[in-house]
Amino acid sequence: MPDLLDWLAMGGYAWFVWPSYLIGLAVLAANLCLPVMRHRRLLRRGAAEEGGR
Amino acid sequence: MFNAFASLLRRDLSAALHIQSNWLMPVAFFTIIISLFPLGVDANPALMQRFAPGVIWVAALLAGLLSLERAFKDDFDNGSLEQWLITPHGVYPFALARIVAHWCITGLPFTLLAPFYGYLLGLPAHSLAAAVFSLALGTPVLSALGAVGAALTGCLRGGEMLMALLVLPFYVPLLVFGANAMDMAAAGLPAGAALAILGALFIVALLLAPLAVAAALKVMLD
Amino acid sequence: MLDATKRYASLPSFYRLCGRLFAWLLPATVALFAAGLVWGLYLAPADYKQGEAYRIMFIHVPSAWMSLLVYMVMAAAGAVALVWRVKLAELIHIECAPVGASFTALTLATGMLWGKPMWGAFWVWDARLTSELILLFLYLGVIALYAAIPDRRKAARATAVLAIVGVVNIPVIHYSVIWWNTLHQGPTVTRLDAPAAHISILAPLLFMAVVFKLYFITVLLARLRGSIAEQCRAQQWFRDEAAGRA
Repeated sequence: MPDLLDWLAMGGYAWFVWPSYLIGLAVLAANLCLPVMRHRRLLRRGAAEEGGR
Repeated sequence: MFNAFASLLRRDLSAALHIQSNWLMPVAFFTIIISLFPLGVDANPALMQRFAPGVIWVAALLAGLLSLERAFKDDFDNGSLEQWLITPHGVYPFALARIVAHWCITGLPFTLLAPFYGYLLGLPAHSLAAAVFSLALGTPVLSALGAVGAALTGCLRGGEMLMALLVLPFYVPLLVFGANAMDMAAAGLPAGAALAILGALFIVALLLAPLAVAAALKVMLD
Repeated sequence: MLDATKRYASLPSFYRLCGRLFAWLLPATVALFAAGLVWGLYLAPADYKQGEAYRIMFIHVPSAWMSLLVYMVMAAAGAVALVWRVKLAELIHIECAPVGASFTALTLATGMLWGKPMWGAFWVWDARLTSELILLFLYLGVIALYAAIPDRRKAARATAVLAIVGVVNIPVIHYSVIWWNTLHQGPTVTRLDAPAAHISILAPLLFMAVVFKLYFITVLLARLRGSIAEQCRAQQWFRDEAAGRA
């Protein structure tokens, strides 16, 4: 447990290291998820139009 | 090819000089920007001398943009660009003439006014020659790079702001080296290094920018 | 070879290729990224000079490299689009821009968070961060110009011209910013540098750099699949594809 807290404290730089990684993960995840969601939306719409004919 | 360029340049210049506001506006704008800085910062001579090179260059960059947005607008509207695309000379002399004409109504008067405004801003007399050289070498690059932005945005509605966004980042080297040449001269140091780089940019920009302008015009007319 | 190029340059087959590759690359990227995080945040030793703060480097530096590399890819694809008018190249060219802009913004954000403990301020007009800021403006210019032109194909070729002009200008801009920075050196001189190039720190950094490249390919494939779907949404082959999935 003290080991974990020690690691989370990042030698006193926790307020800089963790936000960096958090922002990084958020940006990278958004870059991946947005196009996948857009593609799914288009597929759904395409399927609906094809079925409606 | 040279004849085509010369006749184009003559036509562009007479068109620009015919309307008074065309050549008066950039100079007026240049003057106003420069006179605003001492009011906004401080009119203390020692301080003004520190920021004078940067102020003159920022004013030249912004005032140069002002008349750039119209550079190709009329050609897009009246269809004369299509004709240039099919002439045997190609678009190169046309683009170069536009760049030189733009420089004649912006860069040239700015260069001539620079020592006077530099003096008003407290630059020492021995640095005023460097001010002339720095603007004389830098402002043609300004016109050349600006023409690329003008060609890309000329036929768009509300293209002026967009053109500023496209072109201003490309002006960073001009600002740095141009202001640095004046800075060095004001401090009594040799300004040759920055001026030499400006000279290199001058040659490369005038060789390559017309090609980029031609490519941009071709794309936009498709 | 030419046959294969032709086959995959046609949008429907490239669309399917994107889907297959993405299904493989996504889990690989996520797994390798997680491994890189463990390596960088836990296994790598603390730097003797910067302490634990240097760990920001494992995300900052690969991101900075990518911000430049993506611009090169964007300009190269743009050149192909201009010369040969390949539609696929136009799509690759323009899909690079938002990804590159996000890498640039990430580099700036992490650079500021790294700068605060090292310089004492979030922003000190350091040469590399300033260049990165101008690079962000270049990306924004490409995105704004693309948005301003209604015809998608014309827009892509216009931004291709802009990106090629940008590639020629980037070295000059970068050099001018360094020149400016050495003349107006601020009060702090500590730089955001890879600390001592010790192997235990260098190895996870290079690993992360490779993972970022893989990540870029994955994202680019996902974006291409989305934009092909968008452009072909009214075409029969895409509707068949969509109906087959549902």
